[in-house]
Amino acid sequence: MEELLEILTDLHPEVDFETCDTLVDDKIIDSFDIVSIISEISEQFDVVIPAEEIIPENFNSAEALYDLIQRLEEE
Amino acid sequence: MLFTSYSFIAFITIVFVLYYLLPKKCQWPMLLVFSYIFYFLADPRYLLFILVTTLSTYFISIRMEDINRVQKAYIKEHKAELSSDEKKAYKASMKAKKWKWLLICLFFNIGILSVTKYTNFVITNINNFLSDASQLQLVDMIVPMGISFYTFQTMGYIIDVYRGKQEAQRNPFKLALFVSFFPQLVQGPISRYGDLAPTLFAEHKFESKTVSYGLMRILWGYFKKMVIADRIITAVTTLISGTDQYTGAYVFVAMMFYAFELYCDFTGGIDITIGIAEVMGIKLAENFNLPYFSKNIKEYWNRWHITMGTWFTDYIFYPISVCGPMLKLSKWSRNHLGQAIGKRVTVYLSSFVVWFTTGLWHGAAWNFIVWGLMNFVVIMISQELEPLYEKFHKRFNVKGKVPYEVFQVIRTILLMSCIRMFDCYRDVPLTFKMVGSMFTEFNWHVLVDGSLLNLGLTMADYGVLIVGFIIVLTVSLVKVKVGNVRAALYEKPAILYFGIMAILFVGILVFGAYGVGYDSSQFIYNQF
Repeated sequence: MEELLEILTDLHPEVDFETCDTLVDDKIIDSFDIVSIISEISEQFDVVIPAEEIIPENFNSAEALYDLIQRLEEE
Repeated sequence: MLFTSYSFIAFITIVFVLYYLLPKKCQWPMLLVFSYIFYFLADPRYLLFILVTTLSTYFISIRMEDINRVQKAYIKEHKAELSSDEKKAYKASMKAKKWKWLLICLFFNIGILSVTKYTNFVITNINNFLSDASQLQLVDMIVPMGISFYTFQTMGYIIDVYRGKQEAQRNPFKLALFVSFFPQLVQGPISRYGDLAPTLFAEHKFESKTVSYGLMRILWGYFKKMVIADRIITAVTTLISGTDQYTGAYVFVAMMFYAFELYCDFTGGIDITIGIAEVMGIKLAENFNLPYFSKNIKEYWNRWHITMGTWFTDYIFYPISVCGPMLKLSKWSRNHLGQAIGKRVTVYLSSFVVWFTTGLWHGAAWNFIVWGLMNFVVIMISQELEPLYEKFHKRFNVKGKVPYEVFQVIRTILLMSCIRMFDCYRDVPLTFKMVGSMFTEFNWHVLVDGSLLNLGLTMADYGVLIVGFIIVLTVSLVKVKVGNVRAALYEKPAILYFGIMAILFVGILVFGAYGVGYDSSQFIYNQF
């Protein structure tokens, strides 16, 4: 989780990713940010997030994103 | 049958009456019949194209879902004995099977779209490299009405089935209605199956509130289309066709007039579409959210033609950005070009593809491609300048201040309207020349010396346009404040709601642009 928070904070230092759960709904992160996040994740976690998993529910909070990474790691 | 024709008004009246008179279980089959009648009346040959798209999508979506089911059952049954690697390998093999079917479906559907819409564009470009003696003949090709819209809608559905996000529709007639639903066939919105199907196939009982909401929306759409767009088009056509005469300040006038025309034409058409569906209790996706109130071009594209934008994001931008080769490229560029550039490579490449395709989707001509790429360039520049903007906002404390936001809105409108001139002049060098003349020819006196009365519009026409502009602006501002304007009106005494409907109706009859000199025949987005 620490690593993920670091990736997110690097992108938007002004956002509190530990509490925010409307990242996509409130347009805090956009499609460009999502692609940057996915490419960082693929490098640091060795997990590829496929296009079909790019839905607001998976990117609305750091926690949801972390759950997604864990699920993909298990699969 | 055009939305603005009397025959269409008669057509939807019959549809509305039958929809509520027939037993509820007949509602969606009746819509299918009338959608096909609508398409048949446009041109009987179009039916062949839409049938091929429907049938190929139907059979392939079922095949793909069968693969999904087999996969789920197999994994469930062998959960205990399969290792993680074996599970991955099995899933990959099943995905490869689905991928083959998806390619076949794309071949049929994108193939039809490409051949009908782009053959002559390709031939014309090849001819540029051939001698006069060996020029290829252009082909007399039918371009089925709304093909770009229904093809994209159908592709979205098949990709969702491929991804396992959407169950395949096993009733071919229901799928046929999803593809051909007549109000949205002409100019969208591009619906997602998961959003549209529940409301499209549901049984709807007559509710006066729903019907009056829908009728109000239809009237509002006709008002924008017939009173404003079909009036101002006369001046736009004059300005655009007289490129020798109408330079300098006239180009600025054309830019502003076209911005207003396109807005009223396209949003008006979508209002009519959504309103027709709403009368029958069917909810279509919204396609606009006050785009001319956007503070930057990125925001503008989140508010204008929303269903097309999200389609491109979900089905082109993301798949390209996160595919294996792109992730490898991203890694390579981070390592070799540094974090700052490396981070941008994939986003910029994917955006380039998206905007190139968006341009091509709008029309088989270079001016549309250049228009798309100009959007790309402006978005990327503003993306790069964002840190600078942030510094500026902090330094001068302007962020969120009304005068600065008004400046941002005007800047965005001017920028978008300027880029849109590629769509107007339909010729890339000519567009650069005409836009350039705004800065080199100082004939701004034409704005006040009566020259604008020679563009095919009388003083009375300008009066109607000014009143129309004030009404559209007021409604938009009210929407910002209250959200749903119709809902707010409905809360007021009924006489106000129905009074406004009556005023709109009479306004369309009295001030609608009909007859010689006006072209109420075509919506701009029909051609796409």
